[in-house]
Amino acid sequence: MDDVVSLGVGEPDFNTPWNICESSIYSIEQGSTSYTSNRGLQTLRDTLSRYLAQHYGVNYDSNSEMVITTGVSEALDIAVRAITDPGDEILIAQPSYVSYGPCVTLAGGTPVPLRCTEKDHFKINPDTLSEQVTKKTKALVINFPNNPTGGVMTKSDLKAVADIIIDHDLVLISDEVYAELTYEGSHCVAATVDGLWERTITLNGFSKAYAMTGWRIGYLCAPEELCDAALKIHQYVMLCAPVMGQVGALEALRSAEEDKNSMVNEYRLRRNLFVAGLNRIGLPCHVPEGAFYAFPSVEKTGLSDVEFAERLLKEQKVAVVPGSVFGTGGEGHVRCAYAVSRKQLNEALERMDAFLKSL
Amino acid sequence: MDEKDLELLRILEENSRLSTDEIATMTSLAEAEVARRIGALEAAQVIMRYSTVVNWEKAGNGEVSAIIELKVSPERDFGYDRIAERLSRFRQVRSLRLITGTYDLQLIVTGKNMQDVSRFVSEHVAPMDRIRETATHIIMKSYKENGNTFFEQPETERLPISP
Repeated sequence: MDDVVSLGVGEPDFNTPWNICESSIYSIEQGSTSYTSNRGLQTLRDTLSRYLAQHYGVNYDSNSEMVITTGVSEALDIAVRAITDPGDEILIAQPSYVSYGPCVTLAGGTPVPLRCTEKDHFKINPDTLSEQVTKKTKALVINFPNNPTGGVMTKSDLKAVADIIIDHDLVLISDEVYAELTYEGSHCVAATVDGLWERTITLNGFSKAYAMTGWRIGYLCAPEELCDAALKIHQYVMLCAPVMGQVGALEALRSAEEDKNSMVNEYRLRRNLFVAGLNRIGLPCHVPEGAFYAFPSVEKTGLSDVEFAERLLKEQKVAVVPGSVFGTGGEGHVRCAYAVSRKQLNEALERMDAFLKSL
Repeated sequence: MDEKDLELLRILEENSRLSTDEIATMTSLAEAEVARRIGALEAAQVIMRYSTVVNWEKAGNGEVSAIIELKVSPERDFGYDRIAERLSRFRQVRSLRLITGTYDLQLIVTGKNMQDVSRFVSEHVAPMDRIRETATHIIMKSYKENGNTFFEQPETERLPISP
């Protein structure tokens, strides 16, 4: 299909900043093409450890509490496999990224959705969490800033659920890949909340903040015992993350701060433009405080989210993703990624307006 | 000048044709506030004017540009300022800067063709008092201007839908 405006892509529309590409190209020319240690390049881990301490106030030892992975996807997989015994229930805060549930199933566990609602700005409701925890619950998987809702959890939001996590002795797997894309205030790393560090596996990566999706570099940070268990799986299934990607990631930490900031600023401008536009044309949308997704409700149209997405694509050539794809709580919404140019966003809004008027 | 002003300047520098309405939405400011701030920036000459980055090679009008470097003897009390001001009045001089290094002033000059540029340098610039030496570099091809690259970048392939 030609002439489609796609708001369905969950990745930055920017190219990777050139200094990152250039340093990686140079390293290949210099013959840096071999395996690295299982944990990843020492310089990358050391730099990352300092970066996390300085930017987020969270401390992880670069030699015993950190593994560089092949994207956050791998980090998620090894984290889940490291902690899951057959029959364990793993709570997944939903709507969520699509691979959490299947990863739990593949690891022999049972995924249990934990519903986050628009009324709560798509944060975790402590009461709902308490109700859902059973004797079999082993862990809770969260992702804030959230794909697909753009919801965030502030420090006080996290504190409100920390006691429940601690009381039930749960492991917290916190996927924070959108941490840098936080538009109001600064991101709170879950592990910095009192009592959570020792039971949290923090996942993050370079894909979203530095427009490096294809480089496949993520990382897993956790207390030594949890980290060792994940490392064991990583060394058998992956050996190490690709070295050229690791070199690029190191350069990202060293010198791409301004590139990152200007991309984040551009996302913020687009968010303001697009969310105001959605509300104006009659698709109510809460203001997403992070990531690059708007998650408007389409209930007023009388269409299901799947019907809405299919007809919008066929009739006006705008691609969005039905919210129900992202699990419990996603129904009745569609995910629109605003990681496209402002021109395309305006075009999409015009077409969506025309679509709504035709209903 | 505060953070909001700087943000407006960045937005306008990238695209000065956006409406105040659109800028207001993007920046979460009221439209009147945006208009007031831009007006003040114009009045203070922080915003000098709204112009367009043109790829003249593509437009094909055959104009030639050159970078001219000058060694200049500075004047007592005035340094380089008076001679720079004098040079800057020429229509042909598009940019003029005081620089460090071997030369003192650097000009960007445009003309209808190479003869036009060289005549301007030899008849108007070089003979001027206090100019000791000139070096003329004809620009053969522009790759980047004011942050805009002039070469085609291939469309990268992205998945149409990804989770």
